[in-house]
Amino acid sequence: MTAEPLPEHPDFLWRNPDPKRSYDVVVVGAGGHGLATAYYLAKNHGITDVAVLEKGWLAGGNMARNTTIIRSNYLWDESAAIYEHALKLWERLPEELDYDFLFSQRGVLNLAHTLQDVREGVRRVGANRLNGVDAEWLEPDEVAKVCPILNVSPRTRYPVLGATFQPRAGIAKHDHVAWALARRADELGVDLIQGCEVTGFLKDGDRVVGVETNRGRIHAGRVGLAAAGHSSVLAERAGIRLPVQSHPLQALVSELHEPVHPTVVMSNHVHVYVSQAHKGELVMGAGVDAYNGYGQRGSFHVIEQQMAAAVELFPVFARAHVLRTWGGIVDVTPDASPVIGRTPVENLYVNCGWGTGGFKATPAAGWTFAHTIATGEPHPLNAPFALDRFTTGALIDEHGAAAVAH
Amino acid sequence: MLLITCPWCGPRNETEYRYGGQAHVPYPDSPADLSDEQWAEYVFYRDNPKGPFAERWMHSIGCRRWFNVLRDTATHEVLTSYRPDEPRPGGNR
Repeated sequence: MTAEPLPEHPDFLWRNPDPKRSYDVVVVGAGGHGLATAYYLAKNHGITDVAVLEKGWLAGGNMARNTTIIRSNYLWDESAAIYEHALKLWERLPEELDYDFLFSQRGVLNLAHTLQDVREGVRRVGANRLNGVDAEWLEPDEVAKVCPILNVSPRTRYPVLGATFQPRAGIAKHDHVAWALARRADELGVDLIQGCEVTGFLKDGDRVVGVETNRGRIHAGRVGLAAAGHSSVLAERAGIRLPVQSHPLQALVSELHEPVHPTVVMSNHVHVYVSQAHKGELVMGAGVDAYNGYGQRGSFHVIEQQMAAAVELFPVFARAHVLRTWGGIVDVTPDASPVIGRTPVENLYVNCGWGTGGFKATPAAGWTFAHTIATGEPHPLNAPFALDRFTTGALIDEHGAAAVAH
Repeated sequence: MLLITCPWCGPRNETEYRYGGQAHVPYPDSPADLSDEQWAEYVFYRDNPKGPFAERWMHSIGCRRWFNVLRDTATHEVLTSYRPDEPRPGGNR
């Protein structure tokens, strides 16, 4: 047997430095949001003395578990503004980061199955257009032209009565997004430190001055939390409470198929969302499990219900097999909108509460969170998403309004 | 699929129940005296621990009664269930 020598391992995309004793800014969580925050701290604000601390491995949490849907067709002005900012950043990031992470603007259909769905969809299209978000209302025959494998027959249990369509929406390769951001942040001088869990916070009175970690004490001028499902756990260690509840959110993929599904389809009413990955897997998700959980898994009946919905909408999927299922932990706020801003602890900032929709917002979350950390003041885009809205009552209620149930 | 024991009907599948969030959240004694911060705390803030959590469940397709469950949110292990007029086993937290 002739032994071919194994190829050289490709170069790593970032260094793996030991933590320094002190940084200007420490970001907790090396998922998409933490990495984007570090990237924009360096690029937009010239702050490069930054560490991103990650208890596991880079982008191994929800960044590795989401269904990669990107869209900006939210109802309320505040939401449309921040998600549309994200979409505009997505459109230029592959070139800016010099990394083709397979951002594919194949559009998203949000189906209507009831008269109420139709009214809500038509209203949202109007609101989207006023906010500069591309949106159309499609009748069932037009829906079938966009996605021929969708069953638009009036004889199904929940017939498709129409859909909203956002042509600029799409999907991206989630791992590659994280790697692209990590590589560029690293090049700009950011230390990405994996296997480094924050176990406590150093405080001087009401001011945070650093973090305790399993790799020692790290001093910091400012600390930003971007820990998604574990935000409450971290906040408790910092002595504050957050208005979030952590839930399992499950997703699944089928085995590989020829390209059959040209767009992204979401149905609020029967509740499933489906796209087809570049490799060929059908990627499906639905709602959260009802109970609180940190176990990164959920209950099987939730998967059964989303599969029933998928087969109802796409009869062609009936013979597809599930390849694998998984769960991530999402932190959900009472109004289903995120929190990005200051906390009661000085120099401690939080980006949390993105619930089921954080991936699409990755660049805008990083952009606004970096601005907030760098200047101590919110960017106009995240000012409405402050923690104090739960005291003032100025909620941004995207439950249902955001084109998908939460 | 969780297996949850209704105090009145016995062990049943999770699909028979509806979830109700954190248990033992008392209505304020004197609501008129609450500040905005205290109202926010009562309306919007709930514990979200990683570990044992006392929570409300309702046997929605059985006896339709509310009760409390002590469940570990990290392992999903159901530790015990008890009637709403009973205190949390082992004391609070």
